[in-house]
Amino acid sequence: MIGNLDSAVPPGDIGDKWTQHKFDMKLVAPNNRRKLDVIVVGAGLAGASAAATLGEQGYNVKVITYHDSPRRAHSIAAQGGINAAKNYKNDGDSVYRLFYDTVKGGDYRSREANVHRLAEVSVDIIDQCVAQGVPFAREYGGLLDNRSFGGAQVSRTFYARGQTGQQLLLGAYQAMMKEVAAGTVELVTKTEMLDLVVKDGVACGVVTRDLRTGAVERHSAHAVLLTTGGYGNVFYLSTNAMHSNATAAWRAHRRGALFANPCYTQIHPTCIPQAEEFQSKLTLMSESLRNDGRVWVPKDPDETRPAAQIPEEDRDYYLERKYPSFGNLVPRDVASRNAKTVVDEGKGVGPLKNGVYLDFSQAIERLGKEAISEKYGNLFDMYERITDENPYETPMRIYPAVHYTMGGLWVDYHLQSNVPGLFVLGEANFSDHGANRLGASALMQGLADGYFVISYTMANYLAGILGQPAVPTDDAAFTATEADVKNRINQFLSIGGTRSPDHFHKELGKIMWEHCGMARNEAGLTKALGEIPALREEFYKDLRVLGSGDSINQSLEKAGRIADFLELGELMCRDALERNESCGGHFREESQTEEGEALRRDDEFSHAAAWEWTGDPSNPQLHKEELVFDNVALTQRSYK
Amino acid sequence: MKLKLNIWRQIDRDAKGAMQSYELDEVSPEMSFLEMLDVLNEKLIAEGSEPVEFEHDCREGICGSCGVMINGQAHGPQKGTATCQLHMRKFSDGDEINIEPWRAAAFPVLKDLVVDRAPFDRIVESGGYITAPTGAGPDANLIPVPKDAADAAFDAAACIGCGACVAACPNSAAQLFTAAKIEHLNLLPQGQAEKHQRVLGMVGTMEQYFGSCTNHGECTEACPKEIPLDYIAFMNRDYVKAQLKNRKLLGQR
Ligand SMILES: Cc1cc2nc3c(=O)[nH]c(=O)nc-3n(C[C@H](O)[C@H](O)[C@H](O)COP(=O)(O)OP(=O)(O)OC[C@H]3O[C@@H](n4cnc5c(N)ncnc54)[C@H](O)[C@@H]3O)c2cc1C
Ligand code: SF4
Ligand code: FES
Repeated sequence: MIGNLDSAVPPGDIGDKWTQHKFDMKLVAPNNRRKLDVIVVGAGLAGASAAATLGEQGYNVKVITYHDSPRRAHSIAAQGGINAAKNYKNDGDSVYRLFYDTVKGGDYRSREANVHRLAEVSVDIIDQCVAQGVPFAREYGGLLDNRSFGGAQVSRTFYARGQTGQQLLLGAYQAMMKEVAAGTVELVTKTEMLDLVVKDGVACGVVTRDLRTGAVERHSAHAVLLTTGGYGNVFYLSTNAMHSNATAAWRAHRRGALFANPCYTQIHPTCIPQAEEFQSKLTLMSESLRNDGRVWVPKDPDETRPAAQIPEEDRDYYLERKYPSFGNLVPRDVASRNAKTVVDEGKGVGPLKNGVYLDFSQAIERLGKEAISEKYGNLFDMYERITDENPYETPMRIYPAVHYTMGGLWVDYHLQSNVPGLFVLGEANFSDHGANRLGASALMQGLADGYFVISYTMANYLAGILGQPAVPTDDAAFTATEADVKNRINQFLSIGGTRSPDHFHKELGKIMWEHCGMARNEAGLTKALGEIPALREEFYKDLRVLGSGDSINQSLEKAGRIADFLELGELMCRDALERNESCGGHFREESQTEEGEALRRDDEFSHAAAWEWTGDPSNPQLHKEELVFDNVALTQRSYK
Repeated sequence: MKLKLNIWRQIDRDAKGAMQSYELDEVSPEMSFLEMLDVLNEKLIAEGSEPVEFEHDCREGICGSCGVMINGQAHGPQKGTATCQLHMRKFSDGDEINIEPWRAAAFPVLKDLVVDRAPFDRIVESGGYITAPTGAGPDANLIPVPKDAADAAFDAAACIGCGACVAACPNSAAQLFTAAKIEHLNLLPQGQAEKHQRVLGMVGTMEQYFGSCTNHGECTEACPKEIPLDYIAFMNRDYVKAQLKNRKLLGQR
């Protein structure tokens, strides 16, 4: 038991905390920084922005990524936009409103102080990105354009066509490459972190595998930053990139880092419905489409006419009907659950009746095809490539899919895990989005953590260990961890069973989607808690990984990732079972209002659940961080 | 549908590779090209043969990981489409499909269909950025950027770094990629200060690794983002200007 979790939130007024704390924290002088080694694992938005910033400041940075180029990190796929409280539209936005919307959107399960800091630095992010040459959308006068996203009544989302993540990542990647050229950042590509090295309770390095040669290597540092993204792929089908995985976070968890709120998963309402069994991933259609698209299903479950021939009176625009003030722009969890309800009622559309319509015909009539194409052209093209249907002519079909994970490694206000020296940034941590993330806030958080938070909070930690050399890589802690890694690799290669890694991944995905997906209940979760360990056992008996460990071997890479998913999946179900309330993306059927909306139970569950690894995946230890709301009053969310 | 696949197999960088043939039935037209390869790989594993290694990640045409020669065409037959977004409905029952890695001296094959594209990062390192240290930027709306300039910069910035342009080029030149990277920044007001150094640095590095451009235009044809050849002209223009104007260079002469 680690006692009461200390969030290290500084004292003071919510609006002054960060400013005051920046002054109070210790600094590292420029001449000392180059003596300090920092490892950044992962080069998505959080990692690349952190590496660029720390490199500029003079630290000795090593960036490790499994991609052949850091520019390919999962962040590249983000489409819709990034929030910032610039109030360029003069429509009533402010830092406080962004803070308020995010806490409310997260269904009051996030840490107020972190969220306020996020809202504060959001404005600096946009300045930074524009200075780097990120080609955000502009109006004819040359000023920046904004759009609105779910869960907000102001236009605060900056975007770069439907490729915002790509452009932001290229900005951060290029800033990092500038530091590679300057010699402050060393790039280690095609290399996967397979374990964290901890000595005397302090993080001191990582063990990696070179994915080209199979070489297992040791890297030591004064601080380790995990910026390795989310774990949505535990569901097999999700909108995440194929390689996105939880291994870095899970291995750190097994070395002592607490894993918080694993059950908080975001199911995104606008994805292309699954077409058939062989499907390898799901494709998101950006939420921004809900600005101009109207969601509907036929009123009659037996409807057979094509969409265009169904007259207005036979359509149910269910979001507009149920939520008149937010309409199609309700938050993601609400939109997703409502889609599930109508599809479960048999009103789904498409060949498999597994979708709802997202209809642009009125927007095209109002604004013209050209205006719509300017805004969403690439998304429409992508939709057509996948489905062979033209969304300018027939409504899109959409259905919810796993998209983002709010849970992650527990961190304090400094983004430091409970293992000193281990910092966690971006989607990999649990900190800012509570039980539901608002659209366009993940990019904001990744860049906030990397550009504007970590350089202060990490310096505060490093100032305390100044003068100490990094633990040498021939230390016993490194030797033991390296041996563990090698044993695991050999284990996967030598099981010699009959089933491919993908087979187990798909099976796990089915269990997770069925019992730990959009709606959860005690019976289902209990069932899953029986099925997952059984599947895990079968995995270690019947896995087949061909080839060797000393060259490119993607089956071997997958095997390790799936082994970790098989443990994490169980923890997610356990967390979902333990949290006997509905909040945000976590909907427990036992806890709903009369109208079927999520019902929180603040008296019992106003905390972050942080799980400790005990050695037995079926028996983790729960710790709690009580959440304190001094500023935002807890109410039942309403988007009516 | 039923297909005959001829796929390049190569154990490692130094090994000699060869084409190998596979029969695959029950390919659905709804599958993506990579899903078809997934099905093949599952079949190979079940039979006890090593699966075919190929690069991929986002499967949405944005990360630039994927990319193979399909019947001699980089990314296959559909214009403006990366391999991962190509669907089997573009093929017919009974087709024979040749699948090979990118071929270019600067992109050595690492295994099967996987090549090493690290030289692209080296080009970016040589000036493909704007020096704007974190926190130093002015308010984002201080410098208006004409919409046309922002759009033109964006069209270049859309490059996904896949390398199809190099693979499609008879000379293995990287002009289209390099031009896209340079012009994204050179077309923006924020990119002006380093404009000359940027083009000289990046073109210099490009020339160390890649062949020279003889205006075939195959690159644009293969490019999944349809980056137009105009950008190569812009790059050449900037290069000439930079040679004339770069004081450091003039001083050395
Ligand atoms: C399709 C899609 C669209 C989205 N659109 C939006 C949007 O419009 N707005 C928004 O705010 N958010 C959006 N999101 C969410 C957002 O993109 C992500 O949450 C965010 O980019 C995560 O950034 P990150 O830096 O934390 O991690 P990532 O970008 O996921 O980076 C993690 C990287 O770390 C590396 N890595 C991981 N594990 C290891 C390891 N063990 N060893 C070595 N390297 C490793 C890999 O390179 C990996 O790519 C979207 C997400 C998806 C899936
Ligand atoms: S220019 Fe086109 S083909 Fe070349 S790397 Fe960029 S996206 Fe690929
Ligand atoms: S897999 Fe990302 S572009 Fe094809």
